[in-house]
Amino acid sequence: MVLESGYKLGPVEVVYETYGQPNEDRSNAILICHALSGDHHAAGVHTPHDRYTGWWDNMIGPGKAFDTDRYWVICSNILGGCKGSTGPGSINPTSGEPFGLDFPVVTIGDMVVAQKHLTDHLQIQQLYAIAGGSMGGFQVLEWSLRYPEMVRSAICIASAAKLSTQAIAFNAVGRSAITRDPEWRGGQYNGKGPEKGLAIARMVGHITYLSELLLDRKFGRRLQSANRLSYNFDTEFAIESYLDHKGSAFTDRFDANCYLYITKAMDYFDISRSYGPLKEAFAQVAARYLFVSYSTDWLFPTDQSKEMVQALLSNGKEVSFIDIESPYGHDAFLLEEEKLTRIISGFLTGVAKEVPA
Amino acid sequence: MTSQYVDRLSRTDRDMILTLVPEGARVLDLGCGDCSLLNELVQKKKIRGTGLDIDGMQLINGLASGLNVFQGDLDEGLAEFPDQSYDYVILNQTLQVVKNPILVVEEVLRIGCYGILGFPNFAQWPLRRGLFFGGRAPKSPALPFEWYNTPNIRVLSIKDFFDYCSREGIEIVHQRYLIGGRWVGAAIWKKAANLLAGIGMFVITRKGPACTHREMG
Repeated sequence: MVLESGYKLGPVEVVYETYGQPNEDRSNAILICHALSGDHHAAGVHTPHDRYTGWWDNMIGPGKAFDTDRYWVICSNILGGCKGSTGPGSINPTSGEPFGLDFPVVTIGDMVVAQKHLTDHLQIQQLYAIAGGSMGGFQVLEWSLRYPEMVRSAICIASAAKLSTQAIAFNAVGRSAITRDPEWRGGQYNGKGPEKGLAIARMVGHITYLSELLLDRKFGRRLQSANRLSYNFDTEFAIESYLDHKGSAFTDRFDANCYLYITKAMDYFDISRSYGPLKEAFAQVAARYLFVSYSTDWLFPTDQSKEMVQALLSNGKEVSFIDIESPYGHDAFLLEEEKLTRIISGFLTGVAKEVPA
Repeated sequence: MTSQYVDRLSRTDRDMILTLVPEGARVLDLGCGDCSLLNELVQKKKIRGTGLDIDGMQLINGLASGLNVFQGDLDEGLAEFPDQSYDYVILNQTLQVVKNPILVVEEVLRIGCYGILGFPNFAQWPLRRGLFFGGRAPKSPALPFEWYNTPNIRVLSIKDFFDYCSREGIEIVHQRYLIGGRWVGAAIWKKAANLLAGIGMFVITRKGPACTHREMG
């Protein structure tokens, strides 16, 4: 496939999982788009011994928000990912070695084109819904703009029409931590590579996913294992220990080069740059939209969702908006399952109802 | 007891609003709660509706019946909604609970060609009597609350509303008064309504040509 940058990449592999069954005309397909650190394993377990379920298991399954008794749910690993789809860790057919930094920079648009090949392969004429949070929301928006006739409804959670300056800044810190780790070796590392850098990137990321209120409530100024100050630079506060743990755990399941590529794709995402001012960009869409934001999310604040709602309303489009009161910051989209379940199952039910035009 | 009164009243309001909204109109209901009025309008009048409320979780009922919903705070204005994007904007039993009623009415008339406003009349005679003879903050079926828990922070009468409309150049297209459990609309009631009516319901519009092509009802 030809990427937005002009680079020709191929052959491209896309790995995916499905849950539930397609109906006769495959009109009950729902595509789930994952965020930065997610993958195609969205629900369930692969073997009974798996310690962890898929990343959105609380939302996908029989009787859940994405009810697999009714819908055929599909989730694929993004292009540029590190869980099986073609990415910087894949073998470069021209050299026979892993791509590393020879992998082309991909965009959210490229990820969506790859997903479109998948839905064509699965013989889906139109997606009943497409849903995602954060960077998954970027893909949802891109789908609805790029293939308006393919998207019956779009669920965009804790997302935005473009990545904010502040979020780009945090991504830049994360990338610097990786590229300044000597183990990175210009991207041509073998094995684990720049684990320290990747862990720092994840630590920074984690801070942006949580709210100040939550950090205070959950950790406060508590010390991890002693009551007395240690007067040295060991991990001491509970929050330090938490971030250390999150950082090092991340290096077990994620690739550093991938982190560079995916955060870059996020940085590049800007609907206005690709499709014109929001009001014009949303003039041609056909989907029914649902936007959900969270009151304490400062990485993708409520106003950034409202901006798109306003653009859709000014085009007379079908759009709903709900802001969930939550202390969890950006991560609320993975944690506030009870409220989100009610909202999404309500919306999905409503999509089937004919509204007089 | 109190909630039964309120339920019966809101039922009465709804019946009246159902008669005021024409078939097929585009309707925005401000302070819609669980969207039940809009649902009824969709079923009986084939309207195209949007529900707005400050409580997002209440709006899920509307989502499930295929309505568009928007969580928002009326007191902050409704900048997301374009001018004249709805035929009717309903503000039922809500005017008296907002902090910025002037802003809200202005938004109603900016977004909609017509506004439907329903509010309790604080000058109805039982309330006057209660205040005059009882010497306490008055109560009635339409206003069953104590002074310390009432959501009604804006105290207005039907006369106050007339004054406001004439000062602001707002035209009253239809008027309906709930008097003794019955809705009346004839012009002869206009004078007496301020004394007799428990609830006033008005269809209002801003004088001007913008909406004439959508004249309905």
